[in-house]
Amino acid sequence: MMSAMAIETGRNPTLLEVEHLTMRFGGLVAIDDVSFSAKDREITAIIGPNGAGKTTVFNCLTGFYKPSVGRLALSHPRKGEFLLERMEGFTIPQKADVARTFQNVRLFPAMSVLENLIIAQHNKLMRASGFTIGGLLGLGTYRRAERDAVDLAKYWLDRMGLTDRADNEAGSLPYGDQRKLEIARAMCMQPVLLCLDEPAAGLNPRESEDLNQQLLYIRDEHKIGILLIEHDMSVVMTISDHIVVLDYGRKISDGSPEQVRNDPTVIRAYLGEEEDGELPPDVEQDLIDDARRQET
Amino acid sequence: MEYFTQQLINGVTLGAIYGLIAIGYTMVYGIIGMINFAHGEIFMIGSFVSLIAFLLLGILGVTWLPLALLIVMILAMMFTAVYGWSLERIAYRPLRGSPRLAALISAIGMSIFLQNFVQLEQGAKVKPLPPVVTGGFDLLGEGGFVVKLSYMQILIVIVTTVLLIAFSFVISHTTMGRAQRACQQDMKMAALVGINVDRTISMTFVLGASLAAVAGMMFMLYYGVIDFFIGFLAGIKAFTAAVLGGIGSLPGAVLGGMLIGLIEVFWSAYFTIEYKDVAAFSILVLVLIFRPSGLLGKPEIEKV
Repeated sequence: MMSAMAIETGRNPTLLEVEHLTMRFGGLVAIDDVSFSAKDREITAIIGPNGAGKTTVFNCLTGFYKPSVGRLALSHPRKGEFLLERMEGFTIPQKADVARTFQNVRLFPAMSVLENLIIAQHNKLMRASGFTIGGLLGLGTYRRAERDAVDLAKYWLDRMGLTDRADNEAGSLPYGDQRKLEIARAMCMQPVLLCLDEPAAGLNPRESEDLNQQLLYIRDEHKIGILLIEHDMSVVMTISDHIVVLDYGRKISDGSPEQVRNDPTVIRAYLGEEEDGELPPDVEQDLIDDARRQET
Repeated sequence: MEYFTQQLINGVTLGAIYGLIAIGYTMVYGIIGMINFAHGEIFMIGSFVSLIAFLLLGILGVTWLPLALLIVMILAMMFTAVYGWSLERIAYRPLRGSPRLAALISAIGMSIFLQNFVQLEQGAKVKPLPPVVTGGFDLLGEGGFVVKLSYMQILIVIVTTVLLIAFSFVISHTTMGRAQRACQQDMKMAALVGINVDRTISMTFVLGASLAAVAGMMFMLYYGVIDFFIGFLAGIKAFTAAVLGGIGSLPGAVLGGMLIGLIEVFWSAYFTIEYKDVAAFSILVLVLIFRPSGLLGKPEIEKV
């Protein structure tokens, strides 16, 4: 299966090209000259120990931070090239169609589940409503756009198994459902690049297996690129097509799951220098699980 | 009983005006977490614009009252909205991201600036306007006390109600309103779903200013006199109303406005008129002590 994926890797066009990305906060260098690329219709995982700068990469991509140095080029399949580092925050999702989720879920808690999905389609509706005025007059184009928006929202509710909860307040959902809703909301933006920041954090093994299926479905059926930050190795190793490893703000490895798994630098970064010996128990468990999965 | 009814009518009228102004405070607070202390001045400018518009219409010979009122209202809303928009653009947007105190000082500065601007342009004298909407119903009571319900009071209450309904529709059902609520809940996330946050904030100021303009027009018609200083007290009262109702909550602003209006009127009627402001502000103090989040407000939960 791994080799089949590797062949496919070659075929997909590059979606995101990160070149020499550096992010400094005063004297602290959070990301130091990182370059990597992510291909369309592939899942690219960014992994690394805590504090490696993974979320900072996302924050640069989505306009939260302006990178100190570097070029972030997104080749939109339909709209041409965008240089994300030069774009004003809200235009990145609006024009370049990049959507993201957060490590600690960020919904609009006082809105209903459905409304969270409608607001994700804000720009479409804004245009259709002639910047609200047409909407007030009840123009046909707006009504049609609104119906389409609701249809898309329903599709994702259904996909994520949240249909029963459509009218609940988003903040009142159980944690697992909030995570699903956040992904659904990102997908309602119809992105070309979906950035997921630890989507499996806090999920139980079954939920995390569900998540794997959802992400593969999104990749294969919606044909978009996914950028994934994840600690859960069972997720990363199973679904990623390509893995980038960061440590202390630098890229230390880049390749297929196979290559990364066997890369001595990665093992050292995760496990520490050999003389240290001791492994953090959760990392050790991950490795054992992983090895076992390999065998079967 | 008749006396009571009369005071109730007066209180509701005043409360409607406060409520309209209070919405501006509460909306701006909801979206950028800051008290727009220049909002009272926006209200004052609204009443000046309507006075000027009335006089102009008089010169042009538009004498059919409903039409004149409508034109004045629309003009006042438009001009005042431009003031509200510019206020945000000049005094608050450059300070976004700086400490809240900076924006607060800037707001106070704008408030003083606008007061002085109007004083210089229009003169410091009180501006009278002969009663435009006259007459009313006499609801005759026993014992010779006549309860009066003037057309002006009916007009104020009706216009306020209609505006509030239209306004809550805009907030709850339109794309812009949805964006406004999204920004209120999480501004950064709103930007991440492609909402133009700056524009949404501008719209909030425009909406708040146009409601204040209507309040200004009503105030001018109801009391018949205005000067450059009316924005101060009305603004503070409306702010009290917003806090009383729970700042950030729209129904709260209306409820708070009504309560402040009623308290003020009843205090003047049954106790001493000199202390009516003291009564209104004492309520503010009590609310802040015993229910800091206001009547309908939600307690602010610190994000960890």
